[in-house]
Amino acid sequence: MARKETDYSKYLRLEYIPHIWCPGCGHGSIMKSIIRAVDALGLDKDKTALVSGIGCSSRIVGYMDFNTLHTTHGRALAFATGIKMARPELNVIVASGDGDATAIGGNHFIHACRRNIDITLVVFNNFIYGMTGGQYSPTTPIGSYASTSPYGNIDPSFNICRLAEAAGATYVARANVYSIAQADNFIKKGIQNKGFSVIEVITHCPTYYGRKNKLKTPADNLRWQKDVSVSIQKAKKMSEDELKGKIITGEFVNKTEKEYTQKYEEFVIGKAQGKI
Amino acid sequence: MKVKESKFISGNEAIAYGAIAAGCRFFAGYPISPSSEIAENMSFLLPKYGGKFIQMEDEIASIGAAIGASIAGRKSMTATSGPGFSLKQENLGLACMAEIPLVVVNVMRGGPSTGAPTSPAQADILQSRWGTHGDHPIIVIAPTMVQEIFFEIVRAFNLAERFRNPVVFLIDEINGHMRAKVDIYDESELELWNRPKPENPKGWKTPYKRNEELVPLMPDFGEGARFNITGLDHSETGFPTGDPKVRQQLHYFLRDKIEKNKDKILKNEYMEVEDAEIIVVAYGSTARSAMRAVEVLGEKGVKVGLFRPITIFPVPEEDMYRVCKNAKKIVVPEMNLGQYILEVERVMKKQMPIVGVNRTDGEPITPEQIMEAIKD
Ligand code: SF4
Repeated sequence: MARKETDYSKYLRLEYIPHIWCPGCGHGSIMKSIIRAVDALGLDKDKTALVSGIGCSSRIVGYMDFNTLHTTHGRALAFATGIKMARPELNVIVASGDGDATAIGGNHFIHACRRNIDITLVVFNNFIYGMTGGQYSPTTPIGSYASTSPYGNIDPSFNICRLAEAAGATYVARANVYSIAQADNFIKKGIQNKGFSVIEVITHCPTYYGRKNKLKTPADNLRWQKDVSVSIQKAKKMSEDELKGKIITGEFVNKTEKEYTQKYEEFVIGKAQGKI
Repeated sequence: MKVKESKFISGNEAIAYGAIAAGCRFFAGYPISPSSEIAENMSFLLPKYGGKFIQMEDEIASIGAAIGASIAGRKSMTATSGPGFSLKQENLGLACMAEIPLVVVNVMRGGPSTGAPTSPAQADILQSRWGTHGDHPIIVIAPTMVQEIFFEIVRAFNLAERFRNPVVFLIDEINGHMRAKVDIYDESELELWNRPKPENPKGWKTPYKRNEELVPLMPDFGEGARFNITGLDHSETGFPTGDPKVRQQLHYFLRDKIEKNKDKILKNEYMEVEDAEIIVVAYGSTARSAMRAVEVLGEKGVKVGLFRPITIFPVPEEDMYRVCKNAKKIVVPEMNLGQYILEVERVMKKQMPIVGVNRTDGEPITPEQIMEAIKD
């Protein structure tokens, strides 16, 4: 089926492009994926807020024509929570990197999942801190090289989707830049979910992660994504051994639970004002 | 002015009632002594007025959420004590840089580190001015009495909104927990300020275009202007810039927004300062002991007066100098090892002896201690 052509310029601040990302960086693909999801849903740009923290992926906010907020490292979800509480009618999307979301912002990540507040978090997972020069992150695979793991990384990684699921997010999915159409679909469903959604998109940093780990060209990185990815359906039939080093893609959680700001309106304001 | 009700409440509670009267409709906090009653009272009061309260996962998140809510149009507040104030500093800087109205209460306790969680101190005076990194504009208010706390928190919101700047509100364990009869006033009885905005926010592209007070005309998120807010150096559009001229100009604007509007921000109280030979400069709960000392010695014929800055930053340089220049001695009591005294020395150019009365043992400074220093 032919995909409907998206007019990207409708969602971009073209006057600020070219962007700062390196040639071949995967982040632009995710930005376009977010645009396709927003476009397909017909979201009102005036009623959409995009919030980010610090890092390469976080620079996305400057280029997108929404209500955009570039905050401090790791804290985007806290700011987004305040925005959503203040104006529940806004669609709130947060863009974050692996370090931003799960290292310095790890506490905010699990608590946003727990509250089930209606925010859609897109994690750009490239296994590295790009902005600061390629240091290892909480998702860097064991044995990988980074500017702070010159002898190979020994830290076990977070599985972002399992973390989100355990913490209570009501929509959790993983895609990659190689099969980006899947990300469009997941981001769309995440925005539609009235609750906290986490969409992890595996992306690549050819400049640092790639260069240090024998994935020099963007094409090498995409090929690697293709090779290590296994769909959730297929993974169910595989043994633990077979799954070693693989990255499972697909939908992990898709459930309905009462959303936080609705609960506040109904239970807290309702009780305080003697309506219930 | 018509009193809505009179209540026998603590300073912490007066903050909650005053904030509601000022139009505060969002609070995010995290439990910490001795400020927790502010969060407790806000959690009870806010939903009655259709406002929202949230207890966040930590101090950093709670100031973040408060800034977010302010960006989305709510008058917002967070409250904490010593260690929590340290944790909030980075995001406080973001609010200064992005020019987001916000009130941050710090019910001071002893430090450094965990220090003395339930004992009074005025430990964070210089941190309240210089806590976050980088040159930044800030307004700091340090009231004394419980009724005054009610009015001053209203003023804190007004200044935060009018100048689109965080206001740090300093009390301590003494006036935070001290109870007194407080007259509560309704919103309609108070002069309230709202943040400056463009007349028609729809399509507004220059969130950092300034009014005659140098304050940006920024719409709220969701009002139909889609612009960018960042902690990076930015131009009038809110987009990051590397242009040295624009960056320098931004930093000057941030400074001048407070410096050039000092007359609208400063507030002092004077007691017996005319032909006083000795002047006590005191703020916050310590000023209460200073008042007593001045009263007692005044009755005995000692020519002593009190200069009490209520806005302690920006420093009321001209007022302080004018009032104190003829004094033969200045006494600065504070529950720290000498913080605001550095400002007094700077302003008075050490023209006369300037002596501190200090303690950090968790006990309040008594009128007797101040009297001794006056007589010495
Ligand atoms: S450093 Fe890496 S993540 Fe950052 S823009 Fe360059 S390629 Fe992308």
